[in-house]
Amino acid sequence: RVVSGDDDEPIPGVNIIEKGTANGTITDGNGNYSIQVEGPTSVLQFSFVGYQATEQPVGNQSTIDISMAASVSELSEVVVIGYGAAKKEDLTGSVKAISTADFNQGSITSPQELLNGKVPGVQITNAGGAPGAESTIRIRGGSSLTASNDPLIVIDGVPIDNQKISGMNNNLNTINPNDIETFTVLKDASATAIYGSRASNGVIIITTKKGRAGGLSFDYNGNVAVNTVPKTIDNLSTTQFRDLYTERFGNDPDLMALLGDAQTDWQDAILRTSVTTDHNASVSGSIKDWLPYRASVGYSYNEGILKTSELERFTGNINLNPKFFDDHLKVDMSLKGMNIENRFADTGTIFGAIGFDPTQVIRDETEFAPYGGYFTWLTPNGQPIDIAPGNPVATLQQKTDRSTVNRFIGNVQLDYKLHFLPELHVNLNLGTDRSKAGGNVVTDPMGAFDFAAFQNGGANRRYDEKKRNELLDLYLQYIHTFEETDLTLDVMGGYSYQHFWREQTETDVFGNGNIRNPEKIERSENFLISFFGRMNLNWKSKYLITATLRNDNSSRFSEDNRAGIFPSLAASWNINNEAFLKESQTISQLKLRLGYGITGQQDIGADYGYLGIYTRGQTTAQAIGYDANGNPIFVQTIRPEGYDENLKWETTTTYNAGIDFGFFDDRLTGSLDGYYRITDDLLNEIPIAAGSNLSNQLVTNVGSLENKGFEFSLDGVLIQNTDWYWTLGVNATYNENEITKLTQVDDPSYKGVETGDIEGGTGNRVQIHSVGYPAFSFYVLEQIYDDNGKPIEGAYVDRDNNGIINDDDRYRYKNSAPAVLLGINSRLTYHDWDFSFSGRASIGNYVYNNVNSNSAFYNNLQVNGRFTGNTTTDIYNTNFQNPQYFSDYYVEDASYFRLDNVMVGYNFHEIFGGKWHARVYATVNNVFVLSGYSGLDPEVFNGIDRNVYPRPRTFLLGVNLGF
Amino acid sequence: CLSDLDVVPIDPNLDTADKVYQTQNDLEGGLAKIYAGFSVSGQQGPAGNGDLKGFDEGNSQYLRGYWVCQELPTDEAINGWNDGNLPKMSQITWGGGNEFIRSFYYRAIYQVSLANEFIRQAKRFEGQDGFDRVPELIAEARYLRAFAYWHALDLFGNGVPFVTENDPVGAFLPPPAGAIKGDELFNFISSEIKAILGENPDDNNYLISGSGTTIFGRANQGAARMLLAKLYLNHKSYLSSEDNQWYTAAKEELDKIYATNAYSLVTTKDAGSPYSVYETLFLADNQKAASEIIWAFTFDGQNAKSFGGTTYIINAGIGGQMVSTDYGTSGSWGGNRTTPEFVNLFDQKSPTDGRDLFFTQGQSKEINQQDQFTQGYAVTKFKNKKQDGTDGSNLSEGFADVNFPVFRLADAYLMSAELDLRLNNTVTAENLARINQIRTRGGAPAVTNAVVDLDWMIEERGRELYWEGHRRTDLIRFNQFTGGAYVWAFKGGNSSGRPVEDYFAVMPIPSTDVNANPNLTQNPGY
Repeated sequence: RVVSGDDDEPIPGVNIIEKGTANGTITDGNGNYSIQVEGPTSVLQFSFVGYQATEQPVGNQSTIDISMAASVSELSEVVVIGYGAAKKEDLTGSVKAISTADFNQGSITSPQELLNGKVPGVQITNAGGAPGAESTIRIRGGSSLTASNDPLIVIDGVPIDNQKISGMNNNLNTINPNDIETFTVLKDASATAIYGSRASNGVIIITTKKGRAGGLSFDYNGNVAVNTVPKTIDNLSTTQFRDLYTERFGNDPDLMALLGDAQTDWQDAILRTSVTTDHNASVSGSIKDWLPYRASVGYSYNEGILKTSELERFTGNINLNPKFFDDHLKVDMSLKGMNIENRFADTGTIFGAIGFDPTQVIRDETEFAPYGGYFTWLTPNGQPIDIAPGNPVATLQQKTDRSTVNRFIGNVQLDYKLHFLPELHVNLNLGTDRSKAGGNVVTDPMGAFDFAAFQNGGANRRYDEKKRNELLDLYLQYIHTFEETDLTLDVMGGYSYQHFWREQTETDVFGNGNIRNPEKIERSENFLISFFGRMNLNWKSKYLITATLRNDNSSRFSEDNRAGIFPSLAASWNINNEAFLKESQTISQLKLRLGYGITGQQDIGADYGYLGIYTRGQTTAQAIGYDANGNPIFVQTIRPEGYDENLKWETTTTYNAGIDFGFFDDRLTGSLDGYYRITDDLLNEIPIAAGSNLSNQLVTNVGSLENKGFEFSLDGVLIQNTDWYWTLGVNATYNENEITKLTQVDDPSYKGVETGDIEGGTGNRVQIHSVGYPAFSFYVLEQIYDDNGKPIEGAYVDRDNNGIINDDDRYRYKNSAPAVLLGINSRLTYHDWDFSFSGRASIGNYVYNNVNSNSAFYNNLQVNGRFTGNTTTDIYNTNFQNPQYFSDYYVEDASYFRLDNVMVGYNFHEIFGGKWHARVYATVNNVFVLSGYSGLDPEVFNGIDRNVYPRPRTFLLGVNLGF
Repeated sequence: CLSDLDVVPIDPNLDTADKVYQTQNDLEGGLAKIYAGFSVSGQQGPAGNGDLKGFDEGNSQYLRGYWVCQELPTDEAINGWNDGNLPKMSQITWGGGNEFIRSFYYRAIYQVSLANEFIRQAKRFEGQDGFDRVPELIAEARYLRAFAYWHALDLFGNGVPFVTENDPVGAFLPPPAGAIKGDELFNFISSEIKAILGENPDDNNYLISGSGTTIFGRANQGAARMLLAKLYLNHKSYLSSEDNQWYTAAKEELDKIYATNAYSLVTTKDAGSPYSVYETLFLADNQKAASEIIWAFTFDGQNAKSFGGTTYIINAGIGGQMVSTDYGTSGSWGGNRTTPEFVNLFDQKSPTDGRDLFFTQGQSKEINQQDQFTQGYAVTKFKNKKQDGTDGSNLSEGFADVNFPVFRLADAYLMSAELDLRLNNTVTAENLARINQIRTRGGAPAVTNAVVDLDWMIEERGRELYWEGHRRTDLIRFNQFTGGAYVWAFKGGNSSGRPVEDYFAVMPIPSTDVNANPNLTQNPGY
């Protein structure tokens, strides 16, 4: 039996020859073979396209199982690109394909995790360790400010809406990672421009596994994982807190009376070690020869390490890929369904636990009986204090926040090769993406942490959301090779219609029937209509040119600004196909690429940003008059919304130059890309001049931004022999970001647009977008330190030398984006054993430690003499009495290295009579993090660390079984 | 299919201008938004879909923002919360980055923008059939705009951005009204009010007149004259010099209010009410006091929910051993109380006064620590209770029904007496009688001309009008806000109080707007 070394899938059609003879055979649909050989000295040779040929002496064995390693040569690999596919060799743009063999392993519930650290220029940050947490993907830094920076994601030909549905934080969770065959990451504009207005932030194309010709095969994959809490925040222990509190308030009996007698570690009380299980099964095969199919089901149950949080997911996936009329009509049908049951835990309890008085008990059944036994801050008269922090444990236990999400993505793609002109294809793709989410947030009547609910017999909020996106793509493609000149012409032109529709409804009532929030209904839609074309010229497989043009029309802009034209041009030169390299033993691949293109951005959140629209007020926000008897009369209000009628596309121009290379028969391959991207008419939500519009902030086109950088990747096979196979991949990204123009105000002294909301005070921001600086630069005051290196409270450098310390003394200090990202992954195989790991490093990313800035000051120890609060141990470093939100003391270097996962596995070949194959493996995820950052976790998207759900460390044991 | 791109909102709550305004009734909804802008902070209430972005909705509610600016920096109130730069509001140590000043600034200018937009839309219907009330609606909007501009002028000076209905909506940079002590905004407010009072020959958009519950929540002639009188009385703070002509003008406006005979002091209460007559002015059913309350911001605990407004004034003033249900609320936010110096205006200056509504049990009079609610007497002037002692409409959520008296007759009476003193150094017999009506109603002994001088007037204004949002403006007029003539606990950041520099009399234009709009100039000192 012959299987693939990557995924243990059987390989049908492998050529097996007895060395030195004409005696041979091929494997059947299950990878099985049998051959009669001369004797023990015979040697079998195995070969198959895409795999490395291998030899095996027969010896005394009667069964010889072979695991074939995938060939490192990627040249012949077919890569999915926008509206079509191309051989890797023929690509002109910066495109990276990642397939099953390269995926990260371990406890993976969301597709993003499969490729984290694998592709240079792609940064994936998950929002924390919550089950199903959101992952943010950035390709080559963000090209925009407040408009979306998310890449376009296309699943089996359906571009999906980046807007999330309530109850599902991670949009990609629709797809079971086990069903994914490949990711293709399109990075430069020459590759992405065919997607026009949605492609400024790159494109990720996901294809799911399909059925193969051959007999039935079955595969099961299951694992169980234990998630542990890797680290908690350093807050004061009970003793430390009591000592510090006594030191400051020891002579005030009223304040001392606030302390309790318990020793409670509140972080420990809300966190737990949890268990995750995951099961997937698939069948695939082909009915006759014309209907390949694959069907899979998946189930996973994921408990979060924050108590009460859990996620249960069912997925189903059916792919049918029949062909008709002598393969003239190809049909690809893909149906994906998903059901998620969530229970969310209030992540506010994480910061709540850091700050909750450690001398108080968690529960006291008698004293706090009216509050379900949970400790509650009370006034001297015994009523709960409405503004006191809620007991974090009570918040988790007395609030049930559940949601159910159902989603269906389906499409059918018909590709018809004309009978009379087979060089012309017509491709029609009809797709839909529908989801429905519903949730309930129930607050226990005794839940004093929600004071208003407590007063009203509990609360129940119900929300429902529906989304319906429709897609129609139609394109024609003509491919012709002029034999006499060896020139291939590939022309494609098409039309695309997309409609995005959503509706949200909500009711919010108290347990006693009173209405908490009036019933809400919101509906919105937008349309995108596009025309596109592409031409590829390939001369002798040496010189390649690609030109694309797309015209997009979005309903999010006024008629005058609606149309966007997005062209691109790219050329590449396959030097290795030139005569002087053709015979080279050293250089097996060498390609130069140059590309240019323009892409756009219309994902601004608002569907009617250019229209002056009016919002009717709810019944709870009315104007009040009185009749002659003094009885109130309520009048519904009509509010005009701020708008910018000149709102237009944001455009990004990208220049890219790259080189792909391979040495020693592609045992060592790699690529190097340099890029330069300019975004004009940047869309950003900015504070606008008071009085100029009907809001204080507005989304408008404000200026220009540049990103430039390099990407480098290197993959090599370090050892390859009959016993050992060892690969190592490394990649590096360097990106530099700078705002070059802010047009809102044409004034050299214009400081820029403040951003970066923090916890503490109201409306305080610590970042700024300024000309000449990276976006999201921290905008803070320069702390002065005493001789012992301790920050002096309120003492800052008077940067404008005017004798007063005020806002004008703030300066731009570092930013949250890493300058350098590194990825490393390796895999080692020894006979039936394999071992792999992957890790990432981020260098030069800074984080504002909002946990410390909003906690570590003495005023936090007690509030108004009515309740107390804990702080982080940073208070010993600062001795701050009052919060110092704008001190650069809190901006820390958060460079880190994270070992994402380590895996060891063993493959069994001869079980159940040799027909089955099996594999067991163990992995550790989030193995360790090396960083000088003082907070919980240095990986903080956008650089403001406030309420991060700790990322668990996961130990997993899995099994894979199939035939 | 390209026509699909011409979208119109499909949300039942959203409409374009041509759809939303079709009848006169629709226009009332637009005007209602300007009124609601003084009471709630967004379209949902108490929070959600806020009018201003990037602010906590409670903090950015109009009255709360105004109260924080007008009361916290004075002897009448001190706040103990550690929210960001809030302690500095009580200490008069703020800067251009202060988020509490910023939120009120944007709120005030937002009211102007709302009014401008409404006037623009309403003008389209002027003279059309079925739109007979449009001139009146426009007059109301002009009053509300002038009122918000007056608050902006009083707090931030003449250098605030100046926009009217004639300016476009868009990304432009509004010019300031003028230089810091210029007269542009002052003149604009004055001429606008005169126009809607019918004092310009060619203007026929008039305000409603009279008094009573149907009127006291709406822009009316009495309120317009009060606004003019306030503007003129405080002209010294706005213009470059003091000029008696403005005092005379203020006196004339007040006299016109009295001449209508529409108003009278409230001197009786419902039988069996546990509250004093004075207290009934600040209760959940204080629309019953519409004969005295010339104009109010109206509130309702169920239909206009907000974490600002009188909900804030009441809830933030409850803490320590106070029982919140005694005040018709469930909230006890434990923030605001008063200074010992203010208590002394009663204890030492008017010891038998019935207007001293303090809660003292468990509270010390002196304040050593700003953040301790139990230091400083609590103030129980505003209560979400009806005259009969029953609770307001939303006890359980703690949202108040109490209307906030912006202008009331007692204030007018005290202003008239003060104008007598400023013009003639003595109070007329008529105005002395008015002072004594107020005092008697409040349970304080009558006074004679011998004690009534300007020093006494500022104290009496405190005793009658405390926590009603007048104090900062009043102290500035009497030269007691900045400098060292009068200090109180935590003025200047010191527990016993110390002088502060004069530039604090005008607040800084928020640095965010100075930054966003280079046409603006920061006020001196900041």
